[in-house]
Amino acid sequence: MSSASSAVELAGIARRFGSRWVLKGADLVVGSGEAVAILGRNGSGKTTLLRIVATLLRPSRGSGVVFGHDLAREPDAVRSRIGLLGHTNAIYPDLTAAENLGFTLRMLGRSVDPRAVEATLITVGLGAHANTRARGFSAGMQRRLALARLRALEPQLLLLDEPYSSLDPEGVELVTALIADTRRAGGAAILITHDVSRATSIADRVVMLDDGRIAPWTPGVLVAE
Amino acid sequence: MTARLALSRVMAVAWKDLTTERRSKAGFNGVVFMAAITLLMFGFALGPDPAPIRTAAAGLLWLTVLLSGVLAFNRSYELEIEAGALDALLLYPGGRWPIFAGKLLANLAFVLLVEAITVPIAGVLYDLPLLTPLPGLVGVLFLGTVGFVTLGTYYAAMASRVRAREVLLPLLLFPMLVPLLVAAVGATKAVLAGDPMGYGSAWIRLLAAFDIVFLAATFMTFDYVIGE
Repeated sequence: MSSASSAVELAGIARRFGSRWVLKGADLVVGSGEAVAILGRNGSGKTTLLRIVATLLRPSRGSGVVFGHDLAREPDAVRSRIGLLGHTNAIYPDLTAAENLGFTLRMLGRSVDPRAVEATLITVGLGAHANTRARGFSAGMQRRLALARLRALEPQLLLLDEPYSSLDPEGVELVTALIADTRRAGGAAILITHDVSRATSIADRVVMLDDGRIAPWTPGVLVAE
Repeated sequence: MTARLALSRVMAVAWKDLTTERRSKAGFNGVVFMAAITLLMFGFALGPDPAPIRTAAAGLLWLTVLLSGVLAFNRSYELEIEAGALDALLLYPGGRWPIFAGKLLANLAFVLLVEAITVPIAGVLYDLPLLTPLPGLVGVLFLGTVGFVTLGTYYAAMASRVRAREVLLPLLLFPMLVPLLVAAVGATKAVLAGDPMGYGSAWIRLLAAFDIVFLAATFMTFDYVIGE
């Protein structure tokens, strides 16, 4: 099923929670270097789909491949290629910004170079707060730290669930730059957002998750609602 | 995953948990206070006569460790849930056992530190002769704590995604701890009494066997417990 130029290929992904089918057969192909935005109503299964691609959930039916690696059979290979930014920031409030980033690097088995850590924090505008505990950060600063963490992971596939929440215009630009950098390096991005105008401006393609299936997005849908 | 990467992850998780705990302080102080109050309440419940208190001291001490330790285990995963970081932890490629090992080390250090404060308090409150049997007592406490913390860290992971995890953890953990508790209390009693019947070494061997079984079983199955 996988082709060399595809970053993600999902075929008939279905998932149920109890008796309720949230996804009923979602098909999606994302090419290398492509950014795809997924729109959908609340509860339409967007986050569930993203978590399945991230290997955090198993599909009840269907299969998927990320850069040629099967979600079910090679989850480790998939995990080494993805970077997930979910609703939460995965930041430890009692660690400083630099320590949070250092923890990520140590978990990846990389050496923690304080200058490299500082440089990454400067990239997201937190250079002056490297030694401040994240507990004192605003929601936007915590989101920026989460973006720094994502940069440290150097993922080939970005999975972004409402990445713009809490961010000021400068922070929004950081997300856009991250997506652009990943695409330039041959990676791809799947972006979930309710912001239709941002989705259309950043993504190459906008699709919609409706009734558990992926469908082409028709301009005007959701905007009117 | 190479051994170097695994070790780096184990140490990173342990460091992160202990640093967070040291900085927040709320968890440790609360647990020590709870342990001291529990020992005091047991003392009041058994009355002023020192004989029954001394007889029951080993059991009271271990019950206190168990009750206070549960608070620590719950907190260990609460940190991840509060920060929304559990998913991020699970997404690092490679086996998940280093996460368990790191949390196990941090919890072991935490509970041993709590014991280092509460055991002398028990010694004073219950008039226990701690100095003479100290090396044996330290050994028994360590072996019992390893088994206890291993199961506690494991079941806390199992309960971590459930809303009523504070209630669920003792319900899951305590029945599994009964054999370990019996062996730990037996060994502690024998050590505190100077082991006149020579039963101590049998209890200690049993404790060591429990530790090995618990460690092997939990490390082998942690991936399934922490997953979806």
